[in-house]
Amino acid sequence: MRIEISPHRLHSDFVKKVAEISGQDLLACNQCGKCSAGCPMCFAMDLLPNQIIRLVQLGIEEDIARSKTIWICASCFTCSVRCPRGVDLGKVMEALRLITLRKNVDYIQAANISAQRLSELPQIALVSAFRKHTA
Amino acid sequence: MDLSYYPGCTLKTKAKGLEDSAIASLKALGINLLEVPRWNCCGVTYSLADDDLVHHLAPVRNLMRVMEQGSKKVGVLCSFCYNSLTRANLLMKNDQQKRGTLNDFMEEEKHYNGEVEVVHILEVLRDDLGWANIAEKVKVPLKGLKVASYYGCTLLRPQEVAIDHVERPTILRSLLETVGAEAVDFPYATECCGSFQIIGNPDHVAQRVWDILSSALRSGAEALVLTCPLCHFNLGERQRELAQRYGDFQGMPIFYFSQLLAVSLGIEPQVCHFELNYGAPLSLLKSKKLIS
Repeated sequence: MRIEISPHRLHSDFVKKVAEISGQDLLACNQCGKCSAGCPMCFAMDLLPNQIIRLVQLGIEEDIARSKTIWICASCFTCSVRCPRGVDLGKVMEALRLITLRKNVDYIQAANISAQRLSELPQIALVSAFRKHTA
Repeated sequence: MDLSYYPGCTLKTKAKGLEDSAIASLKALGINLLEVPRWNCCGVTYSLADDDLVHHLAPVRNLMRVMEQGSKKVGVLCSFCYNSLTRANLLMKNDQQKRGTLNDFMEEEKHYNGEVEVVHILEVLRDDLGWANIAEKVKVPLKGLKVASYYGCTLLRPQEVAIDHVERPTILRSLLETVGAEAVDFPYATECCGSFQIIGNPDHVAQRVWDILSSALRSGAEALVLTCPLCHFNLGERQRELAQRYGDFQGMPIFYFSQLLAVSLGIEPQVCHFELNYGAPLSLLKSKKLIS
């Protein structure tokens, strides 16, 4: 895969926004891959967690937007506790989700959940899903 | 001894078995759980964004209610509530600037500076009561019951809220040994069940449940013990779905830790609300002659 690296992308508003919302030093990541090795949801991801943070470092916003990965992350924090460089990748994933959600774009639609399903689901499932996946 | 207690919404409905069996067990062990008055939602997921303070209000208000109750320590049963309350508490304790903004925003409340200690009830069992003291009160040792301990995420991660070792926790194993059950170790004990993805991506959760339960079965477990009502739902409801989809899939009963504790203390099984559990827990307990 060819990736074009440019100063314009490296210092883009997108990169600044991810750093600001997540509060993380994005360049601390040296791509060891431990996050992806331990991720329990990576079987369903089209880009691995370490690829996501690499794309963030390089400011390649479009590839992240095309990927499902940030919506598959379950915020289990396995990557966060295992990162040898102290990067809280769970917070980076949250920042990336919020950049979309804050444009008022929802990942799940409450109206699509049937009344039967609503009566079965525990409240903590509903509230956490709406918190993570809706604006 | 009295202890302030924060229940959270799910314990009043879907996870009644977790709450009622814990209150009864702790009473039998000498601790009265006093529900925090006027408690509200814990926020469920701790806000991870650096620029989002409004979602910290709900958990912090609960900690203010604990102070009003005249207490400096609150016990929590639900893993999600434990996580969000503990993280919000650490923020109020350690981040002077955000604490100031949040206190100013809630000007009608008394300022809060992280004075309350938030503990999970498992910690109360281990640290305040002690396994040896609990063992003395066990009337029905759960002999021959092979149970795998499943921790999930929110009791152990992130590091600053962990009630035990992040990668190799033993607190549930200690409880199982205390109540006379056979503790089974398995490699998926601390792996995520898929959590809130049950709404957006239920098939991914089914895959997780397959992996977790198959591993527990291979390790020789007959049942799983856990603390989290969302893990309980995912592992229970998805195993039913998996059994329908693949005829040869073998599931297992899912217990809350407090239900096994209650049975071992000789508390009547109705208190445990086993009807809300998945995977026929009653017939397993009856087959081992642990309840009649």
